[in-house]
Amino acid sequence: MTMTDTPTALNRMGRLMVDRPLLPLIGLLILLIALLAVLNPGVLSMFWASNTLKIAIPLAMLAACQTLTMLTGGIDLSVGTVATISAYLTATLAPLIGVPPAIAIALLSAVVIGLVNGFGIAICRVHPLIMTLGTALIATGCLLVYQRYVIATGVLIPDFLLWLGTGRTWGLPNSLALFIPFAILVIWAQRRSGFGRLLYAIGANEAAARLSGVRVWQVHLTLYTLSSLIAGVTGLLYLGQIKTASLSLALPLDLPSVAAAVIGGTSIFGGRGGYGGTIVGALILTVLTSMLTLMQIPEGGRRILFGLIILAVTALFIRLTERN
Amino acid sequence: MKRWIEANSWTLGLAVLLAALLLVTKLIQPDFGASGLDSLARAALPFALATVGMAIVVIAGGIDLSIAAMMAVASVTGAVLMDGATDAQSVPIVIGILLLGLLMGAINGALIVVTRVPDIVVTLAMLFVWQGVALLILNAPGGSIAPWLRSLITGNFGPDWLPRAVIFLAVITALIWVPIRRSKLGLRLYAIGSDPLAAFRSGVPVGQTRIIAYALCGLFAALGGLSVSMGTGIGEPIPGPYLLASVAAVVLGGVVLGGGRGGLLGPILAVFILRTVRMDLTLLSVDPNVAAIIEGTIMVAVVMFGAVLATRARRT
Repeated sequence: MTMTDTPTALNRMGRLMVDRPLLPLIGLLILLIALLAVLNPGVLSMFWASNTLKIAIPLAMLAACQTLTMLTGGIDLSVGTVATISAYLTATLAPLIGVPPAIAIALLSAVVIGLVNGFGIAICRVHPLIMTLGTALIATGCLLVYQRYVIATGVLIPDFLLWLGTGRTWGLPNSLALFIPFAILVIWAQRRSGFGRLLYAIGANEAAARLSGVRVWQVHLTLYTLSSLIAGVTGLLYLGQIKTASLSLALPLDLPSVAAAVIGGTSIFGGRGGYGGTIVGALILTVLTSMLTLMQIPEGGRRILFGLIILAVTALFIRLTERN
Repeated sequence: MKRWIEANSWTLGLAVLLAALLLVTKLIQPDFGASGLDSLARAALPFALATVGMAIVVIAGGIDLSIAAMMAVASVTGAVLMDGATDAQSVPIVIGILLLGLLMGAINGALIVVTRVPDIVVTLAMLFVWQGVALLILNAPGGSIAPWLRSLITGNFGPDWLPRAVIFLAVITALIWVPIRRSKLGLRLYAIGSDPLAAFRSGVPVGQTRIIAYALCGLFAALGGLSVSMGTGIGEPIPGPYLLASVAAVVLGGVVLGGGRGGLLGPILAVFILRTVRMDLTLLSVDPNVAAIIEGTIMVAVVMFGAVLATRARRT
C-alpha cells in the first residue's frame, strides 16, 4: 500500500502506538502522575510509589489472564470469581487441614474451573465471554453452598501470604518477589515459547492456524486452564494483601483487569499486544483510580469512565489498523 | 397443517415440554394451582422481557451484553422518579422510561455502527457504563413504584388459571413485535441477521436497521427493568442474572446465535421452562444455592449445545 498523502499528526502517533505501544503509555503514566502531584501537592513519596505498586500488582496479574486470552481473541471474565474462590478456600481450609493442603485444594479448584472454561470454549465452541460468565455464575453458587458449611471453622491467613501481601523490604512491597519472576515468565512465554507463538497465530487468523496444523482446541484448553491458575495464585496474593476472606474479595478487579489489558495495547480481537503494555496499563489504572478517589468520584462514575476507556481505546485501534 | 407443524416443530416441542414440566410440578405439589401459576408468571416476567429484547438483537445478527445493566437503569430511574408521585404523575414517568430504554439501546446500536467495533466489545463496555449510571442514580436498592403498576401483574384476569403477568407479557410483546414483524422493518431485521452483505446489496439500510434492533432491545430492557420493580416494589441498581439467562433462553428457544432465524414465541416458552425447573427445585426443597448451581449448569449446557449446533450449521 502506498501512502500518497502526507502523514498527519494523528497518523504518525497512531503508527507509533501500534509499533511501540510502550512509549506513549509510559508518557501517559508520567502525565497522570504529574497531574496527581499538581492536584494534591506533597502526595508523591517513596511510600506512595510503593503503595501504588502494591495495589497494581494483583491487578496486573489478573490482567495477564486477559492479555493471554485476548491474544487468541478471547476473554476470561471468571478471573475475579476464581481469585475470590481460591482466597476463600485457602483462608477457611487452612485451620482445618493445614496450609499446604489448603493451598493445593484452592489451586486445584481454580484449575477445574479453567478446564470447564476450556472445555466449553475449545470443544463446544461457545464464545469465551458467555462461557466464562456462565462458569463464574456456577462457581459463585458453589462458593455460597460451601460457605454455609464452613461458617464455624474460623479463618486463618497463612503468615507467608501476609508477608507477601503487605510486607515491605527496603521500602518496596514484597509482592514484587512474586510479581517480577511472574512477569518475566509471562513475557518470555509469549515472545519466545512455542505456546506464545501459537496464541498470536490463532488470534491473527484461526483458520490459517488450523490449516497449518495447529490443534486449536488443545491451545484453548491449555490457555484457559493456565488463565484460571494465574487467577488462583493472584487470589492467594490478594488474600495476603486485603487480610480478610470475603465472598466478593476480588470481584471488583474483573472490569479493571480487562481495561488494563486494553489500555496496554492488547487487541481484544487477538493477534496483537503483549504483557509489557498491560503492566503499564495496570499502573495507569491504579494511578487513575487514586486520582478519582481523591476527586471523590463515586463508584458509578468510575465504572462509566472505565467502560468508556475500553470503548474509546478499542475504537481508536480499529481506526489506526485500518489506515495502516 | 402438516407443513405448519414441521415448520414449528421446535416451538411445539417446547410447548409440550413446558406442559410436561407443569404436570410434574402438579405431581410434586398436589395443591399447585392458580396462585402457584401466578407467582411463577411474575417471577418469569423480567426474564421473559429480557429474553424478547435479546432475541430481537440475536435475530438481527448481534448480541447485547448490556441488557441486564440497562434493566437496572430503568428500574432505578422508575423507582427514584415515582417515589412519592401520584398515579397521574406516574404515567408520563413510565412513558419516559420506555423512551429512555429506546435511547439507551439506540446509543448501543449507534456506537456499534459508527465505531465499527464488534457488537460484543461495544456492549461489554456499555455494560459497565450502564451499570455505573444505575449506581449513580441509586447506590442501594430503594425508592418505590406506583401501586397501579404492581397491581398490573398481580392476581388473575378472567379465568383464574390465567395470571395477569402472562397477559401483560403477551399484550406488550404482541403490540410491539407483531406490527414490526409484518412490516418491511421485520423483513430487514431478519435480512441483516441472515447475511448483512446480501441485505446491503438488496438495498437494506444495514446500519439503520441494526440501530433499530438495538433500540428495540433497549425498549424491552426498560420494560424488563420496570417489571423487576413491579415485582419487588423498589428499584434495583445491581443487575440480576438476566444476561446469561436471556442468552440461554434465546438459544433454547430456537433462535440461532448468528442471526436470521427463529421467532419470539420459542424463547418465551424457553423462559417459562427454565423458570419452572427452578420452581420445581424449590418445591423439592433443594437448597436455593444448590438450585442456583443446577440452574446455571442447565443454562451453560444449553448454550454449549447451541454453540455446537451453530458450528455444525456453519460447516454445512
